[in-house]
Amino acid sequence: MSHYAYFVAGWLILIGAFGIMRSKNLIQSVVCLAVAQSGTYVLLLSIGYQWGGAPPLFGEPATKPNLHVVDPLVQAMTLTDIVVSATVTSMLLAIAIQIHKRHGTINPDELNAIRG
Amino acid sequence: MTAIIGVALTMVLLGGTAVVLTEKPARQAIMLSIYGVLLGILFLSLAAPDVALSQIGVGTAVVPLVVMLAVKRIETRT
Amino acid sequence: MTRTVRYVVFGLGATGIGLLGVFAILKIPAFGASSHPYRDASIPAAVKHATSNVISSINFDQRGLDTLGEESIFLASVLVISVILRPAGHETERRELSEGRPLDSTVLGGLVFLPIVLIIGLDVITHGHLTPGGGFQGGVILGTGIHLLYVAGTYRMFEKVRPVRPFEWTEAIAAGAFACLGISGVLVGASFLANVVPQGVFGDLFSAGTVPLLNGVVGVEVASGVVVLISKFLEQALTVRSDSGNPQGNGHTSRETKTPDGQHP
Repeated sequence: MSHYAYFVAGWLILIGAFGIMRSKNLIQSVVCLAVAQSGTYVLLLSIGYQWGGAPPLFGEPATKPNLHVVDPLVQAMTLTDIVVSATVTSMLLAIAIQIHKRHGTINPDELNAIRG
Repeated sequence: MTAIIGVALTMVLLGGTAVVLTEKPARQAIMLSIYGVLLGILFLSLAAPDVALSQIGVGTAVVPLVVMLAVKRIETRT
Repeated sequence: MTRTVRYVVFGLGATGIGLLGVFAILKIPAFGASSHPYRDASIPAAVKHATSNVISSINFDQRGLDTLGEESIFLASVLVISVILRPAGHETERRELSEGRPLDSTVLGGLVFLPIVLIIGLDVITHGHLTPGGGFQGGVILGTGIHLLYVAGTYRMFEKVRPVRPFEWTEAIAAGAFACLGISGVLVGASFLANVVPQGVFGDLFSAGTVPLLNGVVGVEVASGVVVLISKFLEQALTVRSDSGNPQGNGHTSRETKTPDGQHP
C-alpha cells in the first residue's frame, strides 16, 4: 500500500507525458497535461496522509488540540495547485483557439511545417 | 479503510489511462469529468474534504466545460 | 523528428525516470507515517488564532502571501483569456442565433436548482473558516451555478441577465481589496497580511480575524473571474463567426479537410 500510492502518482505523471508526446491534436495535449498535473495532487496528498487520521478540522475549542490528524500543509499546497492548473488549462485552450484561427489546423506536426 | 483507499487508487489509475488513450477531444472532455469525480472520491478517502470540494468544482465542472466549448469552436470551422 | 524517433526517445526517458522513481519510492517516508513536523507546528498556530478550519488558516493567515500570488495568477489568466479571445479584425458577432427550446424537464431542473446552488455557494464562502470550503471553492460553485440560467434558457436571454462588464469590475475590485486588507495590517503596525482583527471565540461565525474577510473577497473574485472566463469561451463558441468564412492563413495554400477528431482523412 505504501509504495502503491506513490506508484500511482508516478504512473499518472508519466502517462500524461506519454499522451502529450503522441497526440495529434492540441486540445488532446491540454487534457493530457491536466492528467499529468493530477498526478502531483495524488503525490502531495499521499505524503501527508496518516493511518487513522481525521481531516484537519476542529469542532470544539481545546487548549491542546488533538494532533492525530492528517497534514494540513500539503492540502493547502494542493489547493493552490488545483487553482493554478485550472487557469493554465483555460489559457492554453484559448491559445489553441487562436492558433486555429491563424493557421487553420491544430495538429502539432503540421504547425512546425508552416512558414509564417 | 485500506480497502477503500486501494480501490480508489486503482480507479484513478485506470481512469487516468482511459482519459489519455481516448481519441476524440469531445469524448475526452466527458472522460475528464468522470475522472474528476474519481479523484474527488480518492481525496475524500484520504481525509481531505477541502481538496475534494475544490477538485470536484474545478475538474468536473469548469475544465470539461471549457474544453467542450473550445472543441465546438474549432470544429464548426472545419 | 519523426514519430518513431519520438517514441524511442520518450521510451528511453521514461525508463530512466522510472528507475530513478523506483529508487526514490523505496527511500521515501512510508505512506501513512506518523511524523509530520509541519502539522505539529501549524495546528497550534491555527488554534491560537481561533480558526477551526486549519487549511483556511494556513491559506489566509499563516501563508497569506502565497494566496495573494495565487489570486494574482487567476486575475492575470482571466485577463489573458479576455485579450486573446477578442473577435479579430475579420470576424464579427453574428446576431441571429438559431436555437431550439430546451426540454421542459431541463427548464424545471435548472430553475429549481438555481437558488439552491447560489445559497450553497454563499454558505461555503461565509463558513470557510469553520467547515471545509472557503473562498475559492464557494466562488467556483457560484460562478458555475449562475450558468444554470443558460442551461434552462436560451443564450440570448442569458446574455441579457449576465452583462459581462460588471463582473469584470467586481473581479478587479475584489483583487485590489485583498491587497488592501493586507495593507491594513501594515497600517496598524503589524506585518503585511497579519491577523489584526479581533479573533473572537473558537467556532463562532465571527471568529478567526481576517480569515472570513479574506474568504469573502476571494469568493467574489473567483466567482466573477469564472463568469468572465466562461463568457469569453461561450462567445467564441456560439456567436463569433468570420466575415469571409475563411481563416486568416499565413500564405499556405493547402488546407486539408479534417474529420471531427482532428485526424487526417
